[in-house]
Amino acid sequence: MIPLAFDYARPDTLDDAIALLAEKGEDASVLAGGHSLIPVMKVRLGAPEFLIDIGRLSELSYITLDEAAGEVAIGAGTKHRDLVSSEVLAAEVPLLPAVARTVGDPQIRARGTLGGTLAHADPAADLPAAVLALDGTVVLQGPRGRRSVPVGEFYTGVFTTVREPDELIVEIRIPRCGDQGWAYEKFTRRSNDWAIVAVAVSGDRVGLVNMGSTSLRATATEQALKDGRSIAEAAALAAEGTEPPADTHGTPAYRTHLAQVLTRRALETARGQR
Amino acid sequence: MKVEITVNGEATTADVEPRQLLAHYLRDTVGLKATNIGCDTSSCGACTVLLDGEAVKSCTVLSVQADRQSVTTMEGLDGAAEGRPEHPVTAAFHAEHGLQCGFCTPGMVMAAVSLIEHDEDLDERKVREGLEGNLCRCTGYHNIVRAVLVAAGKDPDAAQKAEAASGAPRTAPGFSRGEAGA
Repeated sequence: MIPLAFDYARPDTLDDAIALLAEKGEDASVLAGGHSLIPVMKVRLGAPEFLIDIGRLSELSYITLDEAAGEVAIGAGTKHRDLVSSEVLAAEVPLLPAVARTVGDPQIRARGTLGGTLAHADPAADLPAAVLALDGTVVLQGPRGRRSVPVGEFYTGVFTTVREPDELIVEIRIPRCGDQGWAYEKFTRRSNDWAIVAVAVSGDRVGLVNMGSTSLRATATEQALKDGRSIAEAAALAAEGTEPPADTHGTPAYRTHLAQVLTRRALETARGQR
Repeated sequence: MKVEITVNGEATTADVEPRQLLAHYLRDTVGLKATNIGCDTSSCGACTVLLDGEAVKSCTVLSVQADRQSVTTMEGLDGAAEGRPEHPVTAAFHAEHGLQCGFCTPGMVMAAVSLIEHDEDLDERKVREGLEGNLCRCTGYHNIVRAVLVAAGKDPDAAQKAEAASGAPRTAPGFSRGEAGA
């Protein structure tokens, strides 16, 4: 399978990439690791006229602890494999490397990037729900400068976000977790597959994978926990307000059941760590 | 677009369409046929090659993304171009019969080379996880996993009994870490 024809550029600097994106606007797609975009183009579900390749911009690849802000700053071009092996993340936000380890397979983790998977906005992707549970912030940069968007406000629908066509995700910021418990429960039928449903827990925040048109917080569960209700009672509310998809892997009712069971397990694991 | 890609240590250059996939560059432009295209959807791993030393699925990389980088295919491993199993990983696949129809083998071997390079202390569980991106329909993976353990200098019998390998390691002749994938 071969994509439709397009033009390609690989700018040498972030500034050049943003200038080119401002020039090409809606005709362009940003290529990072390519493991979401290239498959979409191969099956002709996407046909950008211009690709701006930021996959080799080393200035977008870093993981640093910002002590003053109490946050970890992660360059958008940081690859999944580097999330998995990061000592900073293991110490400060251990949910993130644990989730990154479940993405695809080693070859995919060697190419895919955190910014890329957030921008692609697949509701079945692992890392967006993890960043939701971690209360992260997405930093966008465009011709009008930088702006920060809480990840809870970032997603607008299937494969859509508030990112403007001339903006790049440049950084993801995540508050330090301290000794909050965490867990990731992912249900798949096959090794290296997408989740049928998955649940990311950090403290009392719960992120859901594949339970609607975007990555979601299980708000009813979170409220129940705040109200002091038991894990079992809170987990029973995990699918409240969601619209789980129907496909060959399961019905909405099946996914609702999975979300409840996985949320209970994840909360129990997370509580057990405190 | 003109690309310059070092393939198995030799400079190659060609004028390619940006939409050309690296797998097609290797097979059709350079003429090296070990890199197989199986599923063409980034699932099966038969097209795995090393890109600047990193295992990647060449059906999901554009040739232009590999411009001015270096690629190693199965043909680039010691002895492989002459059909001889001299590289420690190919030697171990040969000795342990880590193949059946052979279609997935080049991708398996390249994934194994990268895995051994990245982890100095492999055990059976790590090998199985490390080959997660490579699908084989023929062999049930048993001999493939054994072969990777042997190539990594582990005793596959001990390693398959306990996660922590014990006993005298069996090292395939000529292997030393750091050569693999060079």
